[in-house]
Amino acid sequence: MRLQYPSSIRIILLPCTGKLDLIHLLRAFERGADGVYAVGCMEGACQYNSGNLRARKRVAQAREILEKIGIGGDRVQMYNLSSSEAPRFVEIAEEMTRKILSLGPSPIKLARKRMAA
Amino acid sequence: MIVAKKKPLEEIIETLRTYGKILILGCNECVTVCEAGGKKEVAVLASALRMYFMNQGKEVKIDEVTLERQCDHEYLEEVRKIVDQYDAVLSLACGAGVQFMAEKYMRTPVLPGVDTCFMGVTQERGVWTERCQGCGQCILAWTGGICPVSRCAKRLFNGPCGGSTKGKCEIDKELDCGWQLIIDRLAELGRMDDYEKLMPIKDWSTERAGGPRKVVREDVR
Repeated sequence: MRLQYPSSIRIILLPCTGKLDLIHLLRAFERGADGVYAVGCMEGACQYNSGNLRARKRVAQAREILEKIGIGGDRVQMYNLSSSEAPRFVEIAEEMTRKILSLGPSPIKLARKRMAA
Repeated sequence: MIVAKKKPLEEIIETLRTYGKILILGCNECVTVCEAGGKKEVAVLASALRMYFMNQGKEVKIDEVTLERQCDHEYLEEVRKIVDQYDAVLSLACGAGVQFMAEKYMRTPVLPGVDTCFMGVTQERGVWTERCQGCGQCILAWTGGICPVSRCAKRLFNGPCGGSTKGKCEIDKELDCGWQLIIDRLAELGRMDDYEKLMPIKDWSTERAGGPRKVVREDVR
């Protein structure tokens, strides 16, 4: 459909969001990501039955940990959409970008820059 | 298996406050099954702690190793060559593992990362329940495979107390009465005459009440 979405987003393809593990989310932040979001199939329509449900729980676990360590749980989010919904994909990308811009850079990213200097 | 649960992150952070080089040591057995201290939990905890300290502006080295078990000499020896690099070891093993580690490496502070709870089973994913208290004298043969020491709140040996209501214990509506379970099982097995037999007074000296215990097998020493 040749829709445009923010260029600050890096897409990592998975066969199913069920493959996403808690450590993947945390490591992204450890390496300086400002925000991470998981986009999975609509609930009830997961191609592998319950992968997206597991992903939701893991994203919730990540939120809790990020909140406790002072990074902020809002930086991680789970979305569900059907693979045919291109405009919704763009909407999600824009919503997440706006949210992360308002939250500012990740404290870890800033800390890493300070340590490298 | 021994069931343990993760210590709250705040508590772990508090105990690690003064150390600059930390080794997080996991265990591949019981704590892996109850998702408290296995390789995955070690990775998650290490990542979370690294980020916490980075955010605080503190440079802390956190490494991750998971041993097969921490209750056997052979496995703990595997870290002999690297342990001196660290100011402290955070062990995610059960209480036995943490203590054995501390005994072996007396000059390194060994800190616990999980709260060890009981000997139990995986009832379903995410739910672990107590089954055994290690009383040292198993009588499961006479109670249809259900233990009155661990499953009866009063550890009674000859039938339920007056508080047993509709198969539930008087201390908690959700808790099954251990003796109701035993009676139902013995009835199913057609062994209600076992229920009629009076059990002799238990010798509790083989239980923890008798002091720290030891098992020795002279034939394998």
